[in-house]
Amino acid sequence: MTLPQTTTAAGVPAPGTPLLEVDDLHVEFRQRSGVVHAVNGVSYELAAGQTLAILGESGSGKSVSAQAIMGILDTPPAVIRGGIRFEGRDLLTMSAEDQRKIRGPGISMIFQDALSSLNPVYSVGWQIGEMFRVHRGASRKEAKRKAVELMDRVRIPAAARRVDDYPHQFSGGMRQRVMIAMAIALDPRILIADEPTTALDVTVQAQVMDLLKDLQRETGMGLILITHDLGVVNEVADDVAVMYAGRIVERGTVDDVFTDAAHPYTDGLMKSVPQVEAKGGRLQPITGQPPNLAAIPGGCPFHPRCSHRRLGAAAAPGRECATDVPPLRLVAPGREAACHYSEEVLGV
Amino acid sequence: MGRYIARRLLLIIPVLLGASFLIFAMVYALPGDPIRALAGDRPISPAVVEVLTERFNLNDPLWVQYWEYLKGLLSGDLGTDFRGRPVLDTIERTLPVTIRLTLVAILFEAVIGLVAGVLAGIRRNGFLDNLVLVSTTVIVSIPILVLAFIAQLLFGLKLGWFPIAGTRDGWYGYVLPGLVLASGSLAYVARLTRTSVAENLRADYVRTARAKGLPRSRVIVQHTLRNSLIPVVTFIGADIGSLLGGAIVTETVFNLPGIGREVFDSIRSQEGAVVVGIVTLMVFFFIFFNLVVDVLYAVLDPRIRYD
Ligand SMILES: Nc1ncnc2c1ncn2[C@@H]1O[C@H](COP(=O)(O)OP(=O)(O)OP(=O)(O)O)[C@@H](O)[C@H]1O
Ligand code: SF4
Ligand SMILES: [Mg+2]
Repeated sequence: MTLPQTTTAAGVPAPGTPLLEVDDLHVEFRQRSGVVHAVNGVSYELAAGQTLAILGESGSGKSVSAQAIMGILDTPPAVIRGGIRFEGRDLLTMSAEDQRKIRGPGISMIFQDALSSLNPVYSVGWQIGEMFRVHRGASRKEAKRKAVELMDRVRIPAAARRVDDYPHQFSGGMRQRVMIAMAIALDPRILIADEPTTALDVTVQAQVMDLLKDLQRETGMGLILITHDLGVVNEVADDVAVMYAGRIVERGTVDDVFTDAAHPYTDGLMKSVPQVEAKGGRLQPITGQPPNLAAIPGGCPFHPRCSHRRLGAAAAPGRECATDVPPLRLVAPGREAACHYSEEVLGV
Repeated sequence: MGRYIARRLLLIIPVLLGASFLIFAMVYALPGDPIRALAGDRPISPAVVEVLTERFNLNDPLWVQYWEYLKGLLSGDLGTDFRGRPVLDTIERTLPVTIRLTLVAILFEAVIGLVAGVLAGIRRNGFLDNLVLVSTTVIVSIPILVLAFIAQLLFGLKLGWFPIAGTRDGWYGYVLPGLVLASGSLAYVARLTRTSVAENLRADYVRTARAKGLPRSRVIVQHTLRNSLIPVVTFIGADIGSLLGGAIVTETVFNLPGIGREVFDSIRSQEGAVVVGIVTLMVFFFIFFNLVVDVLYAVLDPRIRYD
């Protein structure tokens, strides 16, 4: 992704313009009981108009890496290393105040549980309008008018009447629309959606995903979609990054990865799909437990659970699964995986 | 909401009737002879005893006495003490003192308690947090009587900063008793605020507020404190009612002529009418401010609706 930064006449960034570069991101939490290594060298890029899905089991570091990009982790206890460049500017080295001003108009985020993520004591209109009052210096009246516009835009029925209602007076799906309205208020270049539909009914999930896709088409924003739901990934994402133990273990276009996984962990995820639907979304795909992030296994972190692993004499030189860490490497055109034996996995 | 308040206000009437009857019965059951107590060591003629006994219906059964009392109450007459002074006059004379004392105490409780609690909650495990934890523990573990004497000794006698008794110095004289009266609640407010702030800081909507790019001050004031203060404000509201009735020790120790000390003196001299009048008033304050708190709750937290 080394295309020059271009913008169309309408101010909508041309597709393919790199917006975000995450470079060897590390996040650890220093606790009295030890250091939790939540993110261990994550790198990816996001272009305008692109949808990148981040997939992985619970505890694999999806949310923490997203919150590091947003700059909303408390440091301490979190320690963040690496590079996060938004439109070429490193977020980690800029002042807290400059970083704050990017949240909202530059990068925006929505969370899984809209009920607890909205403030219960303010009306939804007040909370949406707050974006304009704080970032644009709008008056109360102006902010409220904008809030109604946005509620219309995310298709909340009778927006003008409901603008003064409180979060608890809305249904789950409508509340998530309120969150979305708030997040897109200032036309952000990037929207990070952390499991935006996990808490919703299946039919409502589809509506909310459709809304996100439509908004993306209108604005050309880059979308990072964190999810457990392979079906959603398949439908809406261009590219997918699979995380395990705070690392990206596989990356590629959705079509490629879903057709033929290059990492045994991804392979396991794909094979568990029918099971996923039966259990209502949470992945329980592969035997064994996710690793303890305070004591991640040496070598390939996945090796205790891997059916392809080669240990001791069975391994090729420098590719012993329990001692040699597999780097994320190109395994096929446009495909990256962190496995010593991806070529064999791809053949399966 | 209006209907809810009206219903609650109406409910106050039977509660007050019940409370006043209970107090009446307890005063009635007190051992000893109030007329002898009135006379003290002086001799008193049987004729006078008879007249007084007649005037105050002292020989009638409990329910007759209470009925007479209620009849008076309906015409706004709280009765008289044995010296013939109307109880209403006594209340008018003593209540302002107690109200002033309560105001000063609430002010201390709200300002010091809130500020200490907020600072401790924002920087948990910091120096201020530990200071607040230790000092509130010390305060609540010392009996109020001891605290009052320490305050008098230290700030009144040794340092000479504040008067230690009486109301001659106007508001200034209320500083020490107000502080002593407030101490327990103040410690509680600080603790409650600290916990509430620390809890709210971890809330999902505070994370959202930060993700919205709001300045830190706004994240704290609008999105953390506003929510954290709901339980605190309602506690302080309810505490006004308790303090108005809980000033007996403080008023006695600091020699403030308020309703607390008056009721204390009246119990000793068996002035039944005064005790019943004042204690019923205290019960009224308590119920009334609890109603205020319930209404306040609905105002502060939109999730609470009474209709
Ligand atoms: N403030 C924190 N202090 C210590 N550990 C933390 C903190 N926040 C997150 N973690 C740990 O970091 C790890 C990664 O968490 P993260 O929330 O990123 O997982 P996730 O991939 O989003 O999982 P899920 O699918 O359950 O949302 C977890 O083990 C979590 O316990
Ligand atoms: S490196 Fe070895 S253990 Fe790790 S995924 Fe590949 S085969 Fe499995
Ligand atoms: Mg998560």
